[in-house]
Amino acid sequence: MTHLDGNVLAGPLSELFRADMTTATGRCAHCGDVSVLAEAVVYDAAPGWCVRCHVCDDVLMTLVQAGERLRVDLRGVTALEVG
Amino acid sequence: MGTVESTSTLTPSGRSITVSLPGWPGNIAGQHVDVRLTAPDGYQAVRSYSIASVGPAELVELAVDKLPTGEVSPYLVDDVQPGDMLELRGPLGGWFVWKPEQTGPVQLIAGGSGVVPLVSMVRSHTASGSDAPFRMLYSVRTPDDVFYREELAGSGVQVDYVYTRAVPAGWPTGPGRLTKDRLAASVFPVSETPAFFVCGPTAFVEAVATWLVELGYPAETIKTERFGG
Amino acid sequence: MTIFTRGFSGRGRDNNPDLPPGQYLTEDFPVLSAGPTPEIATEDWQFTISTETKRYSWTWEQFMALPIEEVGTDIHCVTRWSKLGTSWRGVSLDTLFADVDTSYEFTMAHSYGGYTTNVPLEDLLDGKAWIAFEFDGEPLHPEHGGPARLLVPHLYFWKSAKWVRGLEMLPQDEPGFWEQNGYHMYGDPWQEERYW
Repeated sequence: MTHLDGNVLAGPLSELFRADMTTATGRCAHCGDVSVLAEAVVYDAAPGWCVRCHVCDDVLMTLVQAGERLRVDLRGVTALEVG
Repeated sequence: MGTVESTSTLTPSGRSITVSLPGWPGNIAGQHVDVRLTAPDGYQAVRSYSIASVGPAELVELAVDKLPTGEVSPYLVDDVQPGDMLELRGPLGGWFVWKPEQTGPVQLIAGGSGVVPLVSMVRSHTASGSDAPFRMLYSVRTPDDVFYREELAGSGVQVDYVYTRAVPAGWPTGPGRLTKDRLAASVFPVSETPAFFVCGPTAFVEAVATWLVELGYPAETIKTERFGG
Repeated sequence: MTIFTRGFSGRGRDNNPDLPPGQYLTEDFPVLSAGPTPEIATEDWQFTISTETKRYSWTWEQFMALPIEEVGTDIHCVTRWSKLGTSWRGVSLDTLFADVDTSYEFTMAHSYGGYTTNVPLEDLLDGKAWIAFEFDGEPLHPEHGGPARLLVPHLYFWKSAKWVRGLEMLPQDEPGFWEQNGYHMYGDPWQEERYW
C-alpha cells in the first residue's frame, strides 16, 4: 500500500490555516513524537486523507473534502506549533 | 485561475505547461501547486504538481509526467492547449524548499519526474549566483525519459544518471535500479554535511532515505517528498 | 463560481443502469487504505461478537467449519468506482448471529489496525452481509482485507471493513472512523449518501 507525506497537505490545510502548516510541528497524542507535518505519513487512497505519525503510525488527523466543504479532524494531535 | 500560455514536450510521456497567473506572488524553489479540474457534471479532481520555475515571474512552469492510470495527468499531458483556463492554488509548501541564503552543499536525488522541484532548485541556484556546491543523482527509466537534460548539463551542476530500464549507447553498465553502493558513490560524503532533497515515487524515496541514514547521514539533513506510484 | 475545465470529463461516466449515481465502472480492483496493511496469520486470527452481556468468538478453524456461501455481487466505493459481478466466498452474518442474544440494534465493526465503521444490525442480517475470506477463487489478499473482511455490498464499500476482527453491539448508532469526520452514517450508494 503506497502513501504520500505531509507536503501534500499544504493546499488543503491552507483553506483552514493562514500559516504554511507543512512546516508546523505537531505532537502525536499516542507516542509523543514532535515532528513537522511535512514528515507525516499520508494515506490518500481512501475516502479522505488519513494522516499518521511517522514514528508510531497512529492517526494524527483526517481530512475529508465533502463537495465544497473541507472537514479536518485533529483527533491525534495534542499540540500544533507554527513560526 | 490561470491561462495556459504555452506547452512543450519534454519526453514521450512528459510535458511542460506554462501558465500565466496575474497576481502570482512568485515562488521559492521546491514549492508546488494544486491543480483542480472540473468536469461538465461538476465532478472535480485535484492533484499536486511541482513548479519547475522559480522566482517572481507571473509565468509559472509545471512539468507533468503522465501516469497510465491517472485521471488528471493524462489531461494535462495530452489535452490541455494554450488559451485553456486552469484553476491553481499556490504556491504551496514551505518544507521541501531551497533558498539562496542556504550556503551549504546540497545533494539532490530524483526518481523519475521527482526531478521537477529539484530542477527549480538548480534554476534558483543559477539565478542567484549561489556558491553553494550542488550535485544531483537522477534515477530514470530510459535516456528518453530525462526531463531538462540539456538545461541540467549546462547548469554546471554535476548530474549522475542511473538508468533503470535502458541505457544510452556506450554506457559503462547495464540498466538497473539504484543500489546502496551506487548511492554512496554518487553523493557528497558525510564529511561535507550535505543537505539532501529526495523526491520521487514513494518506494524510491523510502529506499534512498533509509540507505542515507545507514550510510551515516543524519536523518534531520534529509528532506523528502513522495508522489505515490 | 464553478469554472469548468475545457475537455476534461473525469472518468467516463456511462448510463449503465447497474451503476449508482456518480459512479464509474472499473475492471480492476483499486486498493484503498487509511493505513499500513496489517499482517494477520490465520492462527492468530479471531472473530468476536460482543453484546451487552456476552462475548462470542471464533478461531479461524472454528470459523472455517461453519457453512460457507458463494456470493456474487456488485461493489460501490465512495471514491466513485464500482465493480460489477464480483465473486466472493464467506460466512453469512446470519450464521454468526444465529445463537447471539442481543436487544441492541446497532453495530460497530472493529478491524485489526484500528479501523472502525458503524452498520445497523438489520443491514447485516437476512442474507445481506458476510465475513468474506475469498475473492475470485483466491484467498483474500491482505491488501484487500485478508484474511477476512466484512462484506456489506448494498452499502458504500468503506462499510465493508477490511481485516475485520469483531462486531460490537451498540444500543444506539455511533460514528466509526470515517463517519466521525464527514462520511454518512448509513451510506446507501443508490441514494448517494456520501457525506453528512
